[in-house]
Amino acid sequence: MRRGRVAAPHGQGVRVVTAAIVADGVRKRYGDIQAVDGVSLHIETGEFHGILGPNGAGKTTTLEILEGVREPDEGRIELFGESPWPRNPKLLRRIGVQFQASSFFDKLTTRETIYLFASFYRVGSRQADAMLDRVGLTEFGGVPADKLSGGQAQRLSIACGLVHDPEIVFLDEPTAGLDPQARRNLWDLLRDVNEEGRTLVLTTHYLDEAELLCDRVSVMEKGKVLKTGAPAALIRELDDMVRVSVESGRIEPDTLRGLLGSAGVENALVEDDGITLSIATHSPGPVLSVLADRRALRGLEVRGATLEDVFLQLTGREYRA
Amino acid sequence: MSIDETSARPSGTAGTAAADAEKPAGGAGPGRGGPAKDRRLNPVRELARAMILSVLRDKGTIFFLMVFPILFLMLFGTLFKSGGTTHIKVAQVGEVKVLDSLTAAHREQLSKAATITKVTSGPAALEKVRAGDYDALVEQVGDTVVLRYSLSDPVKGASARATLNAVLEQANLAATGKPAKYTLKASQVEDESVKPIQYLTPGLLGFAIATSSVFSTALTLVTLRRKKILQRMQLSPVRPWEVVAARISMTMLMVLTQTALFLVVATLPYFGLQLTGNWWLVVPLVVCGTLALMSLGLLIGSLSKTEESAGGLAQLLVLPMSLLSGSFFSLDGAPEWVRAVSYVMPLHYLVEGGESVLSRGGGLLDVLPTMGGMLAFAAVVTALTLRFFKWNEG
Repeated sequence: MRRGRVAAPHGQGVRVVTAAIVADGVRKRYGDIQAVDGVSLHIETGEFHGILGPNGAGKTTTLEILEGVREPDEGRIELFGESPWPRNPKLLRRIGVQFQASSFFDKLTTRETIYLFASFYRVGSRQADAMLDRVGLTEFGGVPADKLSGGQAQRLSIACGLVHDPEIVFLDEPTAGLDPQARRNLWDLLRDVNEEGRTLVLTTHYLDEAELLCDRVSVMEKGKVLKTGAPAALIRELDDMVRVSVESGRIEPDTLRGLLGSAGVENALVEDDGITLSIATHSPGPVLSVLADRRALRGLEVRGATLEDVFLQLTGREYRA
Repeated sequence: MSIDETSARPSGTAGTAAADAEKPAGGAGPGRGGPAKDRRLNPVRELARAMILSVLRDKGTIFFLMVFPILFLMLFGTLFKSGGTTHIKVAQVGEVKVLDSLTAAHREQLSKAATITKVTSGPAALEKVRAGDYDALVEQVGDTVVLRYSLSDPVKGASARATLNAVLEQANLAATGKPAKYTLKASQVEDESVKPIQYLTPGLLGFAIATSSVFSTALTLVTLRRKKILQRMQLSPVRPWEVVAARISMTMLMVLTQTALFLVVATLPYFGLQLTGNWWLVVPLVVCGTLALMSLGLLIGSLSKTEESAGGLAQLLVLPMSLLSGSFFSLDGAPEWVRAVSYVMPLHYLVEGGESVLSRGGGLLDVLPTMGGMLAFAAVVTALTLRFFKWNEG
């Protein structure tokens, strides 16, 4: 539900939006590792928010603290103005959680699994059946849940999190390990769920997923939120950086840097992963002509910036999930 | 942007019909192919059902928990079927007057308790006693009858002594030439009431219950935590007592089924268990014992991070506890310290109480303290466990 919420902060006129989730200065340390290091978030009702970052950035711990599974060492969290920690039964009915697809009871069928989760919320069987139907699993109702495909299992997991009709839904890497078709199906489902007015918070290490689905993303690294904003706005802030990539091996990155310097190209980020040589730059023209001079244009691709470039710019290093 | 919360939020909880109308994405809903009956889903019932199904659908677990102990009972019941009384083998070296001069009637009577074999070589016979081929050796030195037996089997040694004593007393009496003033008709109590099946049944039942209570409680807890199902439950409004109640009902169903199976098999004419009056007391006894044993499973499950370590710890507890609690053999002849150790084990009381009500005619008052003790044990261990209990890993 792209509702132009992005422009709201300094926006015009009336804003009746209430915050669904507020986190302020949240820290969590495990031994020597500062897993979450001063995270502050403001997620509004109905927003589709992505917490984005490479593995080990502290996304899951942040999510678990927001859900109320873990106690933060420091900081304040409020969901609808109430603290989720310690376990707050009043909030539990209003939030839904999607867990990894392996979090099912052994030996239960798909229908038995959703009935079980429905029972935790005193939801009737009809509503549970309707949810199963909604995620397209009615015909798999009698199949053992551990025999479902990856995509089906994820959809079951989401159905179990949605069965009691929650207002906030937390999703931890919902599309990890899925094939492209299953990912796209899941994206459609999540978009629908968001369009019903539910607030969605999703962690992901897929930049394309965050860019495609989320109203706003928080880019995390090393326990910190580096930046929060609408994907398009974040990309725009990059000032139209363009990414030029060619086949590796035609020209050494260092040589290229030297040549670009003498051609007057500043702030070009040159990276070579052995397959692709890529240059992020504001002035693609001179870059292309330098490459052309060196006959290094094989496999040429030029594209506009993506969240990947945002990450690159924020951290000074290539995004590696 | 503004969202009117009540209208934007699908009103599913209020009624599914309304929700379906509002949600085109909801598809045909459950109404497709005739209206499905709407059932209220109760968490205790659904959880217990899930736990029971996960056992019933796992053939390995069924065998390990249900079939295996029954096979044990059948095997032991068959092996010890004829071994009701202690029959001893005695080697007689050279002439022993009291034995040689027994009347045919006496000899017949003696043969019920002992088989006497005449041998010529004393040292060779002694060697055989040491090796356990004979239980005792008897010889006459002057007017003294010497009995030599090995302490390796104290029961048989004592039996040999008692048998020979009885023979000697009769002979002494006969030597005085007077008729016997008092006669003792010795008859072993066990002969009439306790056959092996009558202590094997409560013993092996105790072992079976310990296995299913401790193992399955510990393993389930670890699995639920490791698979994050506990954490998932923590994030739902399910109450902890509902999870505990489901777990307890599931285990009770399992152990009471085991108890019923044990009693059915043991009372088959082939095994010949005869139940005494208040045998039904075994049901509350098993319930209390199971709670005590489950608390140990809970403790192990709370302390272990992986299924492997939980299984190992459970094994480390259940097997020695079964051995020391008289599940497989009586502890009557065991050293004092072994018996002392067994007194702190709940299984000991379950086995002892089971034997009392099943075959020794024990009544409510005999097992009431036992049941109370087991419940107290469960309460103490559970309280202790709550300090280690974790919803999630790490």
